[in-house]
Amino acid sequence: MNSSKPNSNYSELAVEASGLVKIFSRHRAVDGVDLAIPKGTVYGFLGPNGAGKTTTIRMLATLLKPDEGSAKILGHDLIREPGAVRSRVSLTGQFASIDENLSGMENLILIARLMGYTRKQAKTRAAELLSAFGLEEAAKRQVKKYSGGMRRRIDIAASIVVRPDLLFLDEPTTGLDPRSRNQIWDIVRVLVGTGTTVLLTTQYLEEADQLADRIAVIDHGKIIAEGTSGELKASVGSGVLHVRLLDREKRSGAQRLLSERLGTPVHLSNDPAALSARVTQTERVSEALGELAKADIRVTDFSLGQPSLDEVFLTLTGRPAVEKTSKESHA
Amino acid sequence: MEQNTQSKIGQQEQLRKVLLSQERPPKAGAVSASLTFGWRALLKIKYVPEQLLDVTFFPVMFTLMFTYLFGGALAGSTSKYLQFLLPGILVQTVVFTTVYTGVALNTDISKGIFDRFRSMPIWSPSPLVGALIADTFRYGIASVIVMILGLILGFRPNGGLSGVVLGIVLILIFAFSLSWIFTVIGLILRTPNSVMGVSMTLLFPVTFASNIFVDPATMPSWLRAVVDVNPVSVLTTAVRGFMQGTIDIGEVVWVLVASAILIAIFAPITMYLYRHKR
Ligand SMILES: Nc1ncnc2c1ncn2[C@@H]1O[C@H](COP(=O)(O)OP(=O)(O)O)[C@@H](O)[C@H]1O
Ligand SMILES: [Mg+2]
Repeated sequence: MNSSKPNSNYSELAVEASGLVKIFSRHRAVDGVDLAIPKGTVYGFLGPNGAGKTTTIRMLATLLKPDEGSAKILGHDLIREPGAVRSRVSLTGQFASIDENLSGMENLILIARLMGYTRKQAKTRAAELLSAFGLEEAAKRQVKKYSGGMRRRIDIAASIVVRPDLLFLDEPTTGLDPRSRNQIWDIVRVLVGTGTTVLLTTQYLEEADQLADRIAVIDHGKIIAEGTSGELKASVGSGVLHVRLLDREKRSGAQRLLSERLGTPVHLSNDPAALSARVTQTERVSEALGELAKADIRVTDFSLGQPSLDEVFLTLTGRPAVEKTSKESHA
Repeated sequence: MEQNTQSKIGQQEQLRKVLLSQERPPKAGAVSASLTFGWRALLKIKYVPEQLLDVTFFPVMFTLMFTYLFGGALAGSTSKYLQFLLPGILVQTVVFTTVYTGVALNTDISKGIFDRFRSMPIWSPSPLVGALIADTFRYGIASVIVMILGLILGFRPNGGLSGVVLGIVLILIFAFSLSWIFTVIGLILRTPNSVMGVSMTLLFPVTFASNIFVDPATMPSWLRAVVDVNPVSVLTTAVRGFMQGTIDIGEVVWVLVASAILIAIFAPITMYLYRHKR
């Protein structure tokens, strides 16, 4: 991706950033981020709280000036042509970026008018969107009386009053129940289907896995890994082998054999008849299982699972991905 | 269950249609965007009508208190004092109301909706200009309420209706200009409460060290010098002039010059802070 011509105006990339840095009073909140996001895809920004996700998005949406580095958004220079960038992107912030005192309808009319629709067109457009987002019945209610999921939907609806070429979604599902989360995921999928590129941040590993074509894992302002979810998993090892024995007495023997064959440490599970081991080369799994059979250690059950993104994060950073903590940093 | 899946697919199809159907409208102009923001601010009055009470409670209280408690002592009789006081109370009311501009702006920013506005392809000062337009409308309402109260209590403007209207218009122009100081404060400070505190601390001396309540002729000369150059005094004198039919054009010019200077200094600072906020 780095070999793409930097000066070509036409680009297959929606976002092309190099060396983005943002410093808040000597703290490097974003510390040299490079990005190459292909058009028409969902790009996931995965990282724990305070990693620098929001700050990066705010820079890409022209809200913050980078201290170092440069970026092109849909072919427009972020610093020199902020107006051109703004007319093609849209932002749904981490915290409500709508007016909670107004009704859902009024919020959408507000945005539609600001985007240049006439009063009448704005009303029609607002009504269309409310209905497509399943918010018809709440149209006249103040947004502050909405549930979390409804708020998120009206917020996204406001971002696509005019369908943007690039949409930033900052933690669109944090704090939502599974049903609401699924609704947001469906919306993102439809959006991408219509040609919009989506850059979304998340603290949920599953979400990145489900939605994103490519994922950047970000920690302490740096991208520590990048690729498809499959590539990320492969970089950690192909997976984990779980084995359950018929005879629990033979577990230590099995542990020795497996560890020899697989070349990795074998863990004894809480279940007294089960073991698990990280697998770096899948071919060795069948050999190892064969060895067990030869040694007359009978296996009732085994599975070879892909590592979860949790394990990816653990391997990359040496610590687990911190799930949402109660202390949210603002901005 | 099947029905659920069906309706889900229907919903997605509908969303796809809505996303693809639209034509991109032409960019909104500066005036249209500002007025749209003004409309938004006025909608808030619909949901929180109490904010109009805030605007009127203090002036009503001040008018009654000063007229009946101090009026006799200050001017010989309450009705005589009211003729002097009422234009000043109008000025004070509106000047204090400008603080809410900063408070509202600060609240908006802390809620994150300004991130959306700032990332939209609109004339960038329009959210602020729109809010100020709506505020000016609110100041107008506050002025009318105070004026009606004054008329009931016995205020008799010699300048007639046109004098009253011109006086109020002058106040609104000054208030619009003054608001830019509070937008600066609103952008610098962290919380709406601190905006309120700082702004009030600034405004109290400015409104009391003026000729709103008493004729500066009775003050020591050093204080009088301060009071005479206070823009609030200049404005109050001009408004009295309009309402009592003794207007001196020089005073009006001074108010307009002061307003222009306020805008020239504080509007660019506001815009700078607004663009570079965090
Ligand atoms: N306006 C700001 N002023 C100072 N520090 C900030 C500001 N915004 C964010 N930070 C700091 O920058 C780091 C990255 O924050 P952020 O981008 O919000 O992370 P994330 O969105 O990944 O949770 C954090 O340490 C945060 O405290
Ligand atoms: Mg964040």
